[in-house]
Amino acid sequence: MSAPDPSSDTPNPLDPAALDAAVDAALADVGSASDLDELKAVRIRHAGDRSPLALANRAIGALPGPDKAAAGKNVGPRRGRVNQALAARQSELEAERDARVLVEETVDVTLPVGRRPVGARHPIELIQERVADFFVGMGWEIADGPEVEAEWFNFDALNFGPDHPARQMQDTFYVDGGKNLVLRTHTSPVQARSLLERGVPLYIACPGKVFRTDALDATHTPVFHQVEGLAVDKGLTMANLVGTLDAFARAMFGPEARTRLRPSFFPFTEPSAEMDLWFPQKKGGAGWIEWGGCGMVHPNVLRAAGVDPEEYSGFAFGMGIERTLMLRHSIADMHDIVEGDVRFSTQFGTEI
Amino acid sequence: MPRIVADWLADHVELPADLTTSRLAADLVRVGLEEEEIHPAAVTGPLVVGRVLAMTPEPQKNGKTINWCLVDVGPEHNATQIKGVDDADVPTGGARGIVCGAHNFSVGDLVVVSLPGTVLPGGFAIASRKTYGHVSDGMICSTKELGLGEDHAGILVLTEAGFDAADLTPGQDAVALLGLGDEVLEINVTPDRGYAFSYRGVAREYAHSTGASFVDPGIPTGAEPAATADGFAVEVDDDAPIDGQQGCDRFVTRIVRGIDPAAPTPAWMKRRLQGSGMRSISLAVDVTNYVMLDLGQPLHAYDLDRVAAPIVVRRAAAGERLTTLDDVDRALDGEDLLITDSPDGARGSRVLGLAGVMGGASSEVSATTSAVLVEAAHFDPVTVARTARRHKLPSEAAKRFERGVDPLLPAVAAQRVVDLLVEHGGGTPDGAVSDLDTTSPPEPVTLDVTLPSRTSGVEYSPGQVVDILEQIGCTVDGADALGVTPPTWRPDLTEPAALVEEVVRIAGYDQIPSVLLAAPGGRGLTPEQRTRRSVARALADAGLVEVLSYPFVGAQDLDALGLPADDPRRDALRLANPLAEDRPLLRTHLLVSLLETARRNVSRGIADVAVFELGLVTRPAPGAPAAPQLPVGVRPSSEDLAALAAATPDQPRRVAGVLAGDRAPAGWWGAGRPVDWADAVEAARLVADVVGVDVTVEADREHLPWHPGRCARFTVVATDGSQHTVGHAGELHPTVVEGLGLPRRTAAFELDLTALTAAASGEPVIAVPVSAFPAAKEDFALVVDADVPAADVEAAVVAGAGELVERVELFDVFTGDQVGAGRKSLAYSVRLRAADRTLTAEEVRSARDGVVAVTAERVGAVLRG
Repeated sequence: MSAPDPSSDTPNPLDPAALDAAVDAALADVGSASDLDELKAVRIRHAGDRSPLALANRAIGALPGPDKAAAGKNVGPRRGRVNQALAARQSELEAERDARVLVEETVDVTLPVGRRPVGARHPIELIQERVADFFVGMGWEIADGPEVEAEWFNFDALNFGPDHPARQMQDTFYVDGGKNLVLRTHTSPVQARSLLERGVPLYIACPGKVFRTDALDATHTPVFHQVEGLAVDKGLTMANLVGTLDAFARAMFGPEARTRLRPSFFPFTEPSAEMDLWFPQKKGGAGWIEWGGCGMVHPNVLRAAGVDPEEYSGFAFGMGIERTLMLRHSIADMHDIVEGDVRFSTQFGTEI
Repeated sequence: MPRIVADWLADHVELPADLTTSRLAADLVRVGLEEEEIHPAAVTGPLVVGRVLAMTPEPQKNGKTINWCLVDVGPEHNATQIKGVDDADVPTGGARGIVCGAHNFSVGDLVVVSLPGTVLPGGFAIASRKTYGHVSDGMICSTKELGLGEDHAGILVLTEAGFDAADLTPGQDAVALLGLGDEVLEINVTPDRGYAFSYRGVAREYAHSTGASFVDPGIPTGAEPAATADGFAVEVDDDAPIDGQQGCDRFVTRIVRGIDPAAPTPAWMKRRLQGSGMRSISLAVDVTNYVMLDLGQPLHAYDLDRVAAPIVVRRAAAGERLTTLDDVDRALDGEDLLITDSPDGARGSRVLGLAGVMGGASSEVSATTSAVLVEAAHFDPVTVARTARRHKLPSEAAKRFERGVDPLLPAVAAQRVVDLLVEHGGGTPDGAVSDLDTTSPPEPVTLDVTLPSRTSGVEYSPGQVVDILEQIGCTVDGADALGVTPPTWRPDLTEPAALVEEVVRIAGYDQIPSVLLAAPGGRGLTPEQRTRRSVARALADAGLVEVLSYPFVGAQDLDALGLPADDPRRDALRLANPLAEDRPLLRTHLLVSLLETARRNVSRGIADVAVFELGLVTRPAPGAPAAPQLPVGVRPSSEDLAALAAATPDQPRRVAGVLAGDRAPAGWWGAGRPVDWADAVEAARLVADVVGVDVTVEADREHLPWHPGRCARFTVVATDGSQHTVGHAGELHPTVVEGLGLPRRTAAFELDLTALTAAASGEPVIAVPVSAFPAAKEDFALVVDADVPAADVEAAVVAGAGELVERVELFDVFTGDQVGAGRKSLAYSVRLRAADRTLTAEEVRSARDGVVAVTAERVGAVLRG
């Protein structure tokens, strides 16, 4: 602080050298102010009411008329320079302070941030929704049906007579008490229900839960899921069945996936076929693996729904959802799918 | 399912010399005979023929006597030095020293020796080992050790097992000799292809697949003798046919006398039976099994001396019993078809067997049988299927009869049995033949020759269609409308679709092109389906994890929830054949099984659990009628459909959740927030919001398994104006929680999603314009009695504030001295706004007065100063 005390030493407004000295003193102090508090003190000292330049300015009023103009020209610009320097230094120091605050507020952004619980969908449900989306995209509709089903819908409507060997091969859960009810062994009864309820032409897919008396092991579960597809219209052929299966395989397993048919038997289709899937990501290398069953709807199934098999034909197919999920996501053990351990579902999040 | 020994198959169809098992499997699967399994060779390694050169019995301290044997196993395998044997005592040409515990052989016998390095059935690896003071350098094998029979004590002496000593040399490979080195293909035969349950049928299919030349061994040649007057008397007396079908429409008998009871089954036949998965029993039984496997005709051999004419085929009478060949004494059912005979002139008085399923012990051929009565019959598939199912006897015979056997086969097959018994048992055929035959030829089916092309999308010429149908054994007449008579072995070919399948199958499924059709266009997901997805997604986004649990529960699970005896949730359907006897019921609500899933997670060390499930539950109506049993291939009447619907129990879709531990996790930021009742209520409210239904929430003081003071009941007003309870939410009862081993304060909710969805209007939301005018905010601290529900106070606040109210928020609940005992203070922030103007001070004051007045009137509220 080398400047003279401004309050005791008012520079002469007509003395440019004295005024310059006051300005120089002010600029030096502004330049050396190292923070906003110091600058505030500098501002009071050099630009406040009691500062030398302010006092000099005030002294102009007491000067004789002709000197007033000259003194005004001496003092005004000099006060302007000091104010400019103060403003510039103010900006500089504010910017420095802001930058310092940001540095001081630095945190470790790698800290874990899971402050809310994370939920998930079950992949069996997610994949069924994806299947449904594929068929809806093709212009089909999604049908639902009961899980406790009348035997007629589960078997007879599908051309399984009471003594048909295939009826015995289904490992059926029967409801006690002679009610003629079963836990549906496949999603196929929805075929008959949909034909009866909606009539023809009909294009439906039915994902859902089914039941067989298999004990739980790595590849079996008594409660599992299937998706059933049924198209009934005039002039449908097995070629349309193959086309649909190929498109479905591509939707689930990628653009290279394809299917092939092998002759087989189901009471509710004739001709019937087992369907194999080829896909590149198959465990152990690209190749064929059994995926589901299919065929042309048996005339008796159409008759049971009041549809004339001479006029309409249809195709149907079904595949296991668990199997599809296991193939698609390399799941080795069925226990993971059925036990409800949250660590399993959580891997999949909410999209599949 | 049938196993295919390749050289047996080659009896009927030409096979390439280099045919591998996997090639055979591929050829058969193309025509629909799927590979079930390829069975590896039963034995690998040096299993050889050996001759016993010396055997020294050596009694042991444990009371047993072992034999120390020197066995010639051929120059390639013989040792010239044997540990513990003087070189001078080693036979010329060498031998192996082997310890054997059995005694049914002697010096000079030809036996089977497994040398070190052999692996016997069951993975039994043979190594040189020290035992009873010797080094046993291999093992002399028993029948059982080779997997050829049950006789464990007996060493297999080859000359006693049908082998000729002249064909045997020490050191010879016994794996090939006994047929133990063949890979065997097992195929899966679908229920419509009963004929393929035989080498005859598989050979035919192989020919269809490959074009190889095939000679059908099952076609009658004309050499089969006709019935004679002195044929063994057989009568069919079926007084209770099922569905009008006689239980037996063909019954052929033949007699062979003078069979040597000791005659062994020829080695080649044993080998083929063994490879096909059948044990050798005795010549007569082996021959009937052999012919059954070969042609597909189940056969039975009776000891002629133990059967008294006439044989009567009849249904069982009440109270009759039979001990079957598997030594099980069975109570017979009136539908069971029996083979009976007539001892002491009492016609049909003795039960010999269950027709087409299993014979009885009394007339079985035995070690002394020299005269055999051969039965080759044709039984009704339904009768056999029901009896096999009823008695849990899926015998080889039943498996074939229930799928349908060629009714022309009995005479052919009986002749084969006679021929084989004569050739290998030294028997003499008796001229007496009976053949009761009421079979009818197959009905022709009319097939439009274009139907196969129209069904498959592949163009077949008419000539190709006819050609394929003839290949599979049909006779075909006509041109456009073909008259197709199926062969007798194809009872499944009864309508055009079945013939179409044959044409497409034989022409090849691989010819079908892939043509994606354009569907006419659908309506997208239903509102219910969309709602289901939104609810699940919302719960997952709220931090709950979706799980799926089994619907099987037991009474003990309902007890654990403390449900009263008359709780409707105990009215559950019961399974007749549950997997677990203690869980025979179908769940009537989700929580019972979801709590089990939550507990499993907790027990696996997951402290904070929030799980949910969407699924159907079963709510049977007490006294619901049984579902009608209706025929195949006929549309039910509307009455029948109504009856089916009435019998099918209500199965609403529900959503439930269980929350335990911390709801918000603990971490470096601080402590977690423990789950409380409000988390369950919040989740349930979230579900209702997503569905788009206004719910009323009230306290429910008695709804287990919830805490009586912390349970909310959710109700909705349905579109018809009626009010329904749709679920509950809150903290679970502490006793239930403790009993289940869940963390304290576990909370749960369950809502009926079907009922909620039904209560949603489904109408589009009508938007209210957003006002840009300024809001006025007024706060109220209202003191009410402690038991006044906050929901009532809030409703009064909304009513009092009038139409200007935009938002009401309860920001504090306070009890204490300042408000007095038995009272509580609820602090509300009310935001008021008009759509079209800035509110005046007068309007705001009026709304404020309204809140004070209405809350005072409705809930006795006093504004706190």
